[in-house]
Amino acid sequence: MDKDLILLGHGSGGKLSHQLLDELIIPTLSGVPVAGQNDAAVVEHNGQRLAFTTDSYVVDPIFFPGGNIGSLAVNGTVNDLAMMGARPLFMSVGLILEEGMSRRELAIILAAMREAADRAGVAIVTGDTKVVPRGKADRLFINTSGVGVVENGVEINGCKAQVGDRVIINGTIGDHGIAVLAAREGLELATDIESDCAALNGLVTELLQDGEALHVLRDPTRGGVATTLKEIAIQSGVTITLREEALPLKSGVRGVCSILGLDPLYVANEGKLLAIVAPDRADAALARMRRHPLGSDAAIIGEVTGASDGRVQLETSVGGVRGVEMLAGEQLPRIC
Amino acid sequence: MNYLDEFRDRQVVLGFAERIRGLVTGRSTPMTFMEICGTHTMAIYQYGIRSLLPAEVRLISGPGCPVCVTPNGYVDRAIALARLPGTVIATFGDMVRVPGSSTSLMEERARGADIRIVYSPLDAVALAARNPQLQVIFLGVGFETTAPAIAGSILAAEQRGLANYFVLTAHKTIPVPMQILAADPELSIDGYLCPAHVSAIIGANAYRPLAEEQGVPCVVTGFEPTDVMQGVEMLVRQVLAGESRVENQYRRVVTAEGNARAQAVLAQVFTPCDVEWRGIGVIPGSGLRIAEPYARYDAERAIPVAVEELQEHRGCLCGEILKGKVSPFDCPLFATTCTPEAPVGACMVSSEGTCAAAYKYGR
Repeated sequence: MDKDLILLGHGSGGKLSHQLLDELIIPTLSGVPVAGQNDAAVVEHNGQRLAFTTDSYVVDPIFFPGGNIGSLAVNGTVNDLAMMGARPLFMSVGLILEEGMSRRELAIILAAMREAADRAGVAIVTGDTKVVPRGKADRLFINTSGVGVVENGVEINGCKAQVGDRVIINGTIGDHGIAVLAAREGLELATDIESDCAALNGLVTELLQDGEALHVLRDPTRGGVATTLKEIAIQSGVTITLREEALPLKSGVRGVCSILGLDPLYVANEGKLLAIVAPDRADAALARMRRHPLGSDAAIIGEVTGASDGRVQLETSVGGVRGVEMLAGEQLPRIC
Repeated sequence: MNYLDEFRDRQVVLGFAERIRGLVTGRSTPMTFMEICGTHTMAIYQYGIRSLLPAEVRLISGPGCPVCVTPNGYVDRAIALARLPGTVIATFGDMVRVPGSSTSLMEERARGADIRIVYSPLDAVALAARNPQLQVIFLGVGFETTAPAIAGSILAAEQRGLANYFVLTAHKTIPVPMQILAADPELSIDGYLCPAHVSAIIGANAYRPLAEEQGVPCVVTGFEPTDVMQGVEMLVRQVLAGESRVENQYRRVVTAEGNARAQAVLAQVFTPCDVEWRGIGVIPGSGLRIAEPYARYDAERAIPVAVEELQEHRGCLCGEILKGKVSPFDCPLFATTCTPEAPVGACMVSSEGTCAAAYKYGR
C-alpha cells in the first residue's frame, strides 16, 4: 500500500482516521494521543473551564430527509460541546461555496442554521465566506467552531467508565447514516427514514442532574455506536458488553441494513448520545432520558463488565457472543 | 410477520442448539461441515453461531466470496483499464480495496482515476447513457446470484444501442468447486451448507451429483440464524443416519429447479469457460464468459490494454483459507501485516471474506 496517499477511508472516523491522527496530525500539532482525546478540548482560564471544539461538514447530498448540511453543522458542534458536559454559548461559521451554487439553496441552509442555533441557545458570533471555482468543492462545505462553559463539579471524560457502569443510548441507531445513504443513492425502499439530526445539549442538562454518577458522554457519529464504544473502552481500559436485543432500531433502518449488508452498529447518528452511568443511578438516568422529547426510545444497551485493554463484545440476539471492532475503511455494501 | 424477526428468534435458535448437542454428545470424531457462501460465513460470525454449537460440530468456511476468489490478474487488468483516459470503472464497493500486484483501485482513485461505486449494474448502464463521451466498464464479479443482473445490463445496453458500455467479467459458478473440495482427502467434508441465493437461481437439484454420486450430504440453507441452525441440524441427522441427500431448508425462497428466467438470460449472454480461482487454481467449466454475439461488450476483448506483470503476495494464506484448510488465525499475516485498512489478501477486504469476518467479529 502506498503510504503517501490520503484515502477516503482516512475520513471514515474509524481506524484509518485514528492512524492519520496518531501518526501525523497530533504529533505535529499538539502531542496528546488520540486515545486520550474527547469530543471537545476543555481548557482553563482564570479558574473558568471552557470547552472548545471544531468540525467540518461535507455531507453529500446537502439536503436529506430530516435536515440539511446547515442544521447538521450547528447541531454537530453543539453536541461535541455538550458531550463534555459544557453549556454551548458561542459559535463561528466558515462557508466554502462552489461557484454556481444556488443562492436560494444557500438561503434555506442559512435559515436552518439560524433556527438550529436558536433552538440550542447558542449565538453565531463570527464567520467567514469563501467561493472556489466550480469543481473545486462540492456545492457547499461548512466549518463550525464552538465554545461553551463547563460548570464546576462537572467531570465528564471518556476515561471514566468503571466496571459495573451501565451504557444508555437515547434512541434508535443508524437513522442518520441510512437517511443520507438513501437520499444519495435514491433508494426507494427507505422513504420513511429521517436523519435524527438534533442538538443534544438540552438532554445533557437533564442528565447532569445525576452529578458524579454520569461518567462518560459521547455522540456516536461517524463510525457508529461500535466505534464510539471501542474508543471509550480503550480510553477507560475496560470491557463493554452490549446486548443486541436491547439496541433500539427502526424496522426501516434494519431492513435497509439487511438488504445492503450494513451493520447498524457502524452506521452514523447525529442526534444520539451514549451515556455511561454508575449502576445505582442508571434507572434514574434512563427515566430522565425517556421524559425528554429526544429520549423517548432510550434504552440500557449494555454494561461495563471488566477491566481490559479496551474490548467491546456483543451478546447476539440469538444468544451467541462476538467481538466488536472499530470501523475499518469505509463501510461498503455486499456484492452478492 | 416481517420475515426478519421470526428467523432471528432466540428461543428457536437455542432450541436447535440443544437438539444438536443432544444428537452429537459423546461422539469421538467431530463432524465437519463447510459453508460455501460468504454470506453464511458472515452470518455465522455476526451471530456468534460457533459459540452455540458443541465441539463435535465444526464449521469451516469455503470459497464462496466472489471478491476473494478473484485472482490478482483480474484486479491488475481493471487497474490498467482505469488508467486509460476517458474511462470510468463502475463497480460494487468491495472490489475497490482489493489489492492487485502493486496497487488497488482505491489508490488509483486517490491518484485521479474515475472509479464509481454503484449498487446495480443498471446504474452503470445509465451512467454510460448519460456520458456518451466516456467508456464505462462495469466489473462483473460474482456467482450465479449476481451474473443474471449483469447479463441483464448487457441486454439493456444493447436495447439502448450503447456503444460505450463494457463488462470486465470474472463470473464463477459454484457447484464444480464444491465437487473438487468434497474429493479432497485433507478436508474430509461431512456435509455442505449450500448457498441460499445462488440456489434460488440454480435450484436445489444442482447439488444432486454431490450428494448422490460423491456421497456428501447437502442442505440448501437460508442466511438467518434460525436457518443456519436448522441447516446444521439437518446435516447432523443425515450423517447420523448414514444418508447423503439434497435437502432444502430454505424452501421459502429456493425451488428444486431454480429460476428458469434467470437461467435463460445467463445461457443467452454467457458461455461456460475455464477460470482461475484464487488459491484453488484453474477449474474447468467453472466460469462464465460473455458469449460471442455480445463480444463487443466484453472489456477484455474490446479494449486491449497492457497489464502489469503478476506478483503474488508473499506469506498470504488466502488460498488455503479459501479451501477451508486453515483458519484466518493460522495465517501469520492475520491482524498483523494484513488488516482491513491495509489488506494483503482479498479475504480481508470483502465484507463476506473469511478473514474480514474473523477480524471484525471473531477475535
